Amino acid sequence: MEIKRNKIKLWSKLGSRAVFGMVLTELAKERDDFFVLTGDLCQSSGLARFAQDYPQRLINMGIAEQNMIGVAGGMAKDGTTVFATSFSPFVTMRACEQVRMNMGYMQLNIKTVGLGAGLIMSQLGNSHYGIEDVAIMRCIPGITVVSPADCAEIVKSVEAVLDYKGPVYIRLTGGTGNPTVYADDYEFSIGKANILREGKDIAIISSGTMVYQSLKAAEMLMDSGIDSAVVNMHTIKPIDKCCIDSLVDHKLIVTVEEHSVIGGLGSAVAEYLAAKPKKPLQIIIGIEDMFPKAGSYDYLLKQCGLTGEQIANRIMKVVESKN
Amino acid sequence: MTTEALCLRALNMRKTALKMAYESGISAHIGGGLSCIDILAVLYGEIMNVANRALTFAEKDKFIMSKGHGVLGLYAALAEFGVISKEILSTFQKDGSDLIAHPVMNEALGLESSSGSLGQGISMGVGLALLAKRKNYSYEVFVICGNGECNEGSVWEAVMSAVQFELDNFTVIIDDNGMQSDGASKNIMDTSGKYFKMFNALGLDTREIDGHNTNEILKELKKSVMVGKPRAIIAHTVKGKGISFMEGNNEWHHNRLTEKQYLAALGELEKREATGEWK
Repeated sequence: MEIKRNKIKLWSKLGSRAVFGMVLTELAKERDDFFVLTGDLCQSSGLARFAQDYPQRLINMGIAEQNMIGVAGGMAKDGTTVFATSFSPFVTMRACEQVRMNMGYMQLNIKTVGLGAGLIMSQLGNSHYGIEDVAIMRCIPGITVVSPADCAEIVKSVEAVLDYKGPVYIRLTGGTGNPTVYADDYEFSIGKANILREGKDIAIISSGTMVYQSLKAAEMLMDSGIDSAVVNMHTIKPIDKCCIDSLVDHKLIVTVEEHSVIGGLGSAVAEYLAAKPKKPLQIIIGIEDMFPKAGSYDYLLKQCGLTGEQIANRIMKVVESKN
Repeated sequence: MTTEALCLRALNMRKTALKMAYESGISAHIGGGLSCIDILAVLYGEIMNVANRALTFAEKDKFIMSKGHGVLGLYAALAEFGVISKEILSTFQKDGSDLIAHPVMNEALGLESSSGSLGQGISMGVGLALLAKRKNYSYEVFVICGNGECNEGSVWEAVMSAVQFELDNFTVIIDDNGMQSDGASKNIMDTSGKYFKMFNALGLDTREIDGHNTNEILKELKKSVMVGKPRAIIAHTVKGKGISFMEGNNEWHHNRLTEKQYLAALGELEKREATGEWK
């Protein structure tokens, strides 16, 4: 899809879920070689138009996520790409064993999309938050995990996975008015991180909505004389090892994610660095091991210490204590 | 194939299953393998076209062993009808084998789906049947599901969706031997005897048969389907069917055969073959 400045602005307003549905609907105009399965969430994932225009290619599975993933497996048996979507806890946990069998064990060509990942489900509470999804999907062998940084990257990711062989999990963080990281078109390739900002002192590796917050943090840190690199690690598995290798000369590595500090991006980076003879100190910023008290999205980000300012302050403290 | 010929094939499959179990030297799911053998003999011998290697994906019928622990029946059927070589059966449950205690998806070996985690095969079958509808593929889909397996809620999710999508290219056969891992289903989750009503109430074209009566199995599977309706066949079976000391005896859910037991079991089958009792 053509990516232009004015489109990116519009997409940001529409938000993550609407843009996901929009890009699939656009792709359906050009090609008829994929199916979309939804767990009674057409309206919530921007797929109402798709359902109306291409009823043969969108299947509403009802509120039955386990069966949805199993059916997706059957429909992917001839190699067809099958998207299967619901809110992130329901596709990654309710249907976890179906995911493990169909996407992991059988390596069927299913692209599972976790809507409302992270904390964006705000007032709906922890039943709807996706704060363990990366950990779960990452530990099942053979599943690629992608976490787009903004709405433009959602477009890029969905387009990319359509022709990417094998099972993929895409987690959609952020909501309407999702901040933009990319103002223009750029090079996106699954498994290859994007360095958004060079910096010689510390390196911030982030994914999803936290890329924007990390860029903000980097600006604040610069005011205090700390020069930070910012990496968009949009593919959490397989992790871009070359990119991490290029960062080991920094004084500090910080990972930031809208996900539990257990098992997500921070863990993936730490697992890789653990065996390296030379590695900087790493701090893992994310949702601590708890269920946050529900509230607005901003309230939740603040509660979990995930705003740009809080990220900057936390980094500053670590840098100061090291000096 | 005549009913008589199919009965003989089923008898051979029982011999094969016991040989595999015995030669593996370890415990195997014998009871649940034997309960579905007569159904498998009819499916592979007469109903499905899977032995024809020339067929494309779109043409070749799909079989899913949702009760993955029924592999002794499945592997025996694949060998009996020439989908796999008889030699490979000796690798059953040996280190590194492709033939383990639950099917592992393998196109070359005719294993359509990996199973072992119960309650998932019907979903895979529904997906395959829906794919065929959407892409005009000619194959039909058959799933064998256990009665104990029906404890899993996902079975019912899948069954409801088969009805919703009007999958008349889809058949689920319940191998209802009335038992499960811990014993008689009536003492654990008592739904045996209710399956006809349950499947029928959900809108499937539901039939009930004696799962060891080859004539009946054949007749039901050959009967034309109702347009727009998936089919459920409740097959009343006996766990361990065919071997006197195994029938209805849950000790044979998962057990190891001693040489003496193996020879006794084989002797029963050979005697039946010699006297023509297998018909």
